[in-house]
Amino acid sequence: MLPELGLLALILAFALAGAQAALPLWGAQQDRPRLVALARPLAGAQSLFVTLSFAALVQAFVRNDFSVAYVAAHANSLLPLPYRVAGTWAGHEGSLLLWVEILGLWTLAVALLSRALPEATVARVLGVMGIISTGFLGFILFTSNPFARSLPAPADGLDLNPLLQDPGMVAHPPLLYMGYVGFAVAFAFAIAELIEATPGRERPPFSWTRWARPWTLAAWSFLTAGILLGSFWAYYELGWGGWWFWDAVENASFMPWLVGTALIHSLAVTGTRGSFRNWTVLLAILAFSLSLLGTFLVRSGVLSSVHAFASDPRRGLWILVFLSAVVGGSLTLYGWRAAAVGLGSRFALVSRESALLVNNVLLAAAAGTVLLGTLYPLVLDALDLGRISVGPPYFETVIVPLMLPLMLLLGVGPWLRWKQSPPQEAWRQLRWLALGAVTVATLAAVALQLSVGVALGLGASAWVISATLAHLWRQLSPPGSRGLRRLPGSQWGMVLAHLGLGVFAIGVTLVKGLETAHDLSLRPGDTARAGAYSVTFTDAQQRRGPNYIAAQARLELTREGQASPLVLRPEKRLYTVRQVPMTEAAIDRGLLRDVYVSLGEVTPDRRWIVRVQVKPFVGWIWAGAVLIALGGAAAAADRRHRRKAPEPQADSRTAGALPRPLQPA
Amino acid sequence: MSLKPRHRRALWIAGALALLALATVLVVSAMRKNLVFFFSPSQVLAGQAPQGRSFRVGGLVEAGSLERLPDGMTVRFTVSDTVQRVPVVYRGALPDLFREGKGVVAQGRLDAGGGPKVFVADQVLAKHDENYMPPEAARAVAAAGPQRPDEGSPHAP
Repeated sequence: MLPELGLLALILAFALAGAQAALPLWGAQQDRPRLVALARPLAGAQSLFVTLSFAALVQAFVRNDFSVAYVAAHANSLLPLPYRVAGTWAGHEGSLLLWVEILGLWTLAVALLSRALPEATVARVLGVMGIISTGFLGFILFTSNPFARSLPAPADGLDLNPLLQDPGMVAHPPLLYMGYVGFAVAFAFAIAELIEATPGRERPPFSWTRWARPWTLAAWSFLTAGILLGSFWAYYELGWGGWWFWDAVENASFMPWLVGTALIHSLAVTGTRGSFRNWTVLLAILAFSLSLLGTFLVRSGVLSSVHAFASDPRRGLWILVFLSAVVGGSLTLYGWRAAAVGLGSRFALVSRESALLVNNVLLAAAAGTVLLGTLYPLVLDALDLGRISVGPPYFETVIVPLMLPLMLLLGVGPWLRWKQSPPQEAWRQLRWLALGAVTVATLAAVALQLSVGVALGLGASAWVISATLAHLWRQLSPPGSRGLRRLPGSQWGMVLAHLGLGVFAIGVTLVKGLETAHDLSLRPGDTARAGAYSVTFTDAQQRRGPNYIAAQARLELTREGQASPLVLRPEKRLYTVRQVPMTEAAIDRGLLRDVYVSLGEVTPDRRWIVRVQVKPFVGWIWAGAVLIALGGAAAAADRRHRRKAPEPQADSRTAGALPRPLQPA
Repeated sequence: MSLKPRHRRALWIAGALALLALATVLVVSAMRKNLVFFFSPSQVLAGQAPQGRSFRVGGLVEAGSLERLPDGMTVRFTVSDTVQRVPVVYRGALPDLFREGKGVVAQGRLDAGGGPKVFVADQVLAKHDENYMPPEAARAVAAAGPQRPDEGSPHAP
């Protein structure tokens, strides 16, 4: 009964979303306050019914209702409860339901927290979000019903793919979707701006960008956390110690992240200085378009990977049509109305605006090259021009030369003044830091015999970290001190995120440059050398888990000059329901290195293949990413975003303009 | 900096063009160097695969062909598209879902020495779950002819 109620709630949500898409937008165009006032109630109701439907599916998983085909395909009565809940988004249908559920939550949040905005703007923003909800709810209802029954019900379910039976599965998809879908808010604001902008009259700089900024920062922060968690999960779960594979599915989340990063910087410029106006609108459109493209790539089945579920051409077609309608429609609107939004205030060649413009160009170029590498094989294949693959070497070759100048610029940017900045001033402030970074890199390279690439990476990281800390120090020290507690959230956010990038870059550089891997073939009792370690395979034993059986090896790793050995217990598991083998690596984590041991297959004469890897500073990759995500959260929480009226601006050209909420309608 | 607006704009445009050119050169050269083409065993035997350049070969792991050499590290197996077969050598642990009779894709290069062709793999990819077959492998088998075996391909009618 409950699954049918869930379906009913989904149908009602679809109808409500249709109304939410049509009525407020129409009302705002026709200036009908009663239709405009419908925006919030409709958005709230739509969100409520989607949530009810989502809860019904979770409930079916919790109660092991295997008469629901989707539940039977992704759960099993032996599966522990947290994984049964996570099973809700382990397949195509449920993950789409999670998508609209999260869109519903963002919609509700916008409806509740937009009291300071003009009613017509709220109506347009919620209307645009309603269009997106309608598209996705229709997609679920017409092609991917998660509540379909299969009667008679099977006695037990097919179990969750063992790769997905991990705490990472509980948190990674919801966080990632919070990010992806959150860009819909910035998108909706941008579309509303395109509709509302009046040619010839540039609006005050604190209009839509001010409102959209905390939403975008929050979404970006979630996206960062989601990607970070996925990478961390892949590192230990896939069993072979990689943390980023340039897999098309990873790229699908990385492209919106790159454009989103450009967007939060460009929003800051438009919000405080009024420059980059129509560029910011375009970035908001692109960030969400890439999120949609990511959903299309992952969910349509054009890619084959862990993330690709059973493919059905109707589904791919629906997403493709929806994607073209949203992207094509919004870009057409942009082409038609961008001039009305205007370019915004001018700035000098050396200024903070210029630095941020170059930042935007580099990030957009990075997103473009990733897009090219991701789509090129698909396009060739679709046109029947041959099967190719574009691997990590391509992406590394193009991304590194784009990221290095970005890091150099990142150190300088915050020191530059808005509008116009005397170049000598920044040089005087930063020359010692620059010299310091170069010295650190050179000394490290000579002392540790590093390659040029590693030295460059370390130098750039040292530069980013020292320039960021020095800038923080200058802000906190007199004269003009603002004091620790007076420093606004967005400043803290910037400092945290920039430090995070430095830490992340140290991790990436050292892992890439100095990691080692040794494959050994060992029988119980054997000892062999793996780099600095002597590895003893003491024994292998059978172990029983809730829904798997495992062979667990015991390995002692002794480093030269160390008395007590490191004991690691990697496993080879067999998940019994699906009869799927899995490698469960054993990792000794450390601040300066991880020792990562995994088991390969066993031969009839009881020899095991053991892979021993040492990964220097690998933890810094995720520590850096955590700092970046926290930075986004701190900036999103900046109290100034929640003020009703904008702050008085020193810039004389905007001082005369009324803030939008006070303008006559 | 006291540049005229016209000059400033020219500088911006020149800078942007230079960046764009640099990016294009980078991307094109990186693409050219790092593209990996896919060939079926039939194509490899027909001599269509490049010598001395990395490529991918895919198909089914022939039943009974898997053998591990005495060093315990090196494996040999045969990849077949049901018409032609290519022997593959690989050093290291095979992926969890590698099985005889199932789909596989190997990346590496042809042995430069004379004699029968041997594919020296530096990477072996198997499917992610038991229902999934690497699309390249499925296609290689489908392209090789209608005498497709029942096992292996989940797309078989």
